[in-house]
Amino acid sequence: MAVDAQTVEKLAELARIAISEETIDEVSSRLGDVLQLVDQLQAVNTEGVEPMAHPLDEIQVLRKDAVTEPNRREEFLKLAPQTEAGLYLVPKVID
Amino acid sequence: MHQLTIAEIIRGLRDRQFSSVEITSHLLERIQQLDGHYNSFITVTGEQALAQAAAADARLAAGDAPALCGVPIAHKDIFCTNGVRTSCGSKMLDNFVPPYDATVVDNFQQAGAVSLGKTNMDEFAMGSSNESSFYGAVKNPWDLARIPGGSSGGSAAAVAAQLVPGTTATDTGGSIRQPAAMTGTTGLKPTYGRVSRWGMIAFASSLDQGGPIARTAEDAALMLSVMASSDSKDSTCLDRPQQDYTASLNDSIAGLKIGVPREYFGEGLDGEVGARVQEALKQYEALGAELVEISLPHSKLAVPAYYVIAPAEASANLSRFDGVRYGYRCENPADLRDLYMRSRGEGFGEEVKRRILVGTYALSAGYYDAYYNKAQQIRRLIKQDFVDAFQKVDVIMGPTAPNPAFKLGEKNADPVAMYLEDIYTIATNLAGLPGMSLPCGFAHGLPVGLQIIGNYLDETRMLNAAHQFQQATNWHQQTAPAAE
Repeated sequence: MAVDAQTVEKLAELARIAISEETIDEVSSRLGDVLQLVDQLQAVNTEGVEPMAHPLDEIQVLRKDAVTEPNRREEFLKLAPQTEAGLYLVPKVID
Repeated sequence: MHQLTIAEIIRGLRDRQFSSVEITSHLLERIQQLDGHYNSFITVTGEQALAQAAAADARLAAGDAPALCGVPIAHKDIFCTNGVRTSCGSKMLDNFVPPYDATVVDNFQQAGAVSLGKTNMDEFAMGSSNESSFYGAVKNPWDLARIPGGSSGGSAAAVAAQLVPGTTATDTGGSIRQPAAMTGTTGLKPTYGRVSRWGMIAFASSLDQGGPIARTAEDAALMLSVMASSDSKDSTCLDRPQQDYTASLNDSIAGLKIGVPREYFGEGLDGEVGARVQEALKQYEALGAELVEISLPHSKLAVPAYYVIAPAEASANLSRFDGVRYGYRCENPADLRDLYMRSRGEGFGEEVKRRILVGTYALSAGYYDAYYNKAQQIRRLIKQDFVDAFQKVDVIMGPTAPNPAFKLGEKNADPVAMYLEDIYTIATNLAGLPGMSLPCGFAHGLPVGLQIIGNYLDETRMLNAAHQFQQATNWHQQTAPAAE
């Protein structure tokens, strides 16, 4: 199954990944190969088969809504590329 | 001292034949001298290791030594280590120093183990050759022109080169077992949920599972006994008590029913690899086991189903790397969209980007049912094959990988060829079953791995079968030639 350049551009936009013009053909062709591989699935009859989300079909465990972690704001902020006044800084979003 | 297994090191330390500082220094020196050939470590934490070793020696002297007190290990660079850079093999996290330890790292610390550092890996654990690492490819100690397997290639190569007796690793589609097979080491992927994923950087959350790589099944059992625990911080972690996985290693395997799936011996399997696996099965018969031919009819759908599910989950998991809170940020972003697009475009390598795009495709409007839902249905069919098989047999055996280690660069240009490397290991992840690889001989002069697949939560039986094989053979004691 071929993937055209336009589809790749749309996917790149959805995934927020910049793809350079020069590599777009190669990316389309590789994506096409992978999609061709996974298209084998379409031939299988799966009518009535329950999709499997967890191997042991365990259900999500609930815990008490209690505070267990201390506030480590300063430590976490130190990991960020840019912060100011205890906040993460990004380029201006609104005028 | 570097030839010693973990079991031997534990005895040696308790009998005062050597100290933890001695063996730790010795291995650190070896890493410094030799790892230039292999590139199996991304970060070596020498000072910290020696401090941990000295503390371990004090505990040993005081008679207050926990299970792995003073035993040197290393962690795959996917496990967060407090104060030690955790890169996940990516430029994206080249500057990331976690402020906390993964549960696995904490478990080894509680057990007194000494961490020598962080091992190399395919970027975000995506790869079967360890060539996608931002820090360069890892070389196979058996032949430096060949790949060590992946994604836990550094963890496997470091053990094979006797730089460290055991390492942590992770397995999403074969990333513990395939590199173990390529390097002649013993690797174990536990039942999904046995080992906490907290602090283990996520690739595909419903498939990822941590486990050990070591030189023997006994060492893997010793490590798993420490590594596996229930964890309230990981809601997918099974609520099962810690247990001693070495307890039944010495049981007889007479009467053990071994399922041999005919689908694992067909087209695509290297003839010599197939022959070594058949010889291993004969050895099992000699030990009193019974071979039973079985069928896993949906086997050929495992790779396609995986390459929907794993990229879909990866695209969601890796959306957190946005250049805002931690990790790589591009220079001079024009606006927020540009910051996201370029930070991710520049911070991720080619294979990671490809998988995110495939996952985005599979999850995008109009395709969800045709791809993701379909793959999850097929996943249940694959699981059912195993459930049916385990009605008749105790364990399943076959090859770990279709071929021995290939040359660096050989499969780089063709992602689909690379994906087929995991043709025998992926189904186990989709089903959530435990699996192992152990050395069973050589093909074309390179190590061959025998895969054992166990029933759910039946790691002890798998380890028992592996240990009994290693008592009767010496493939696991073969060592890679010294690097020059």
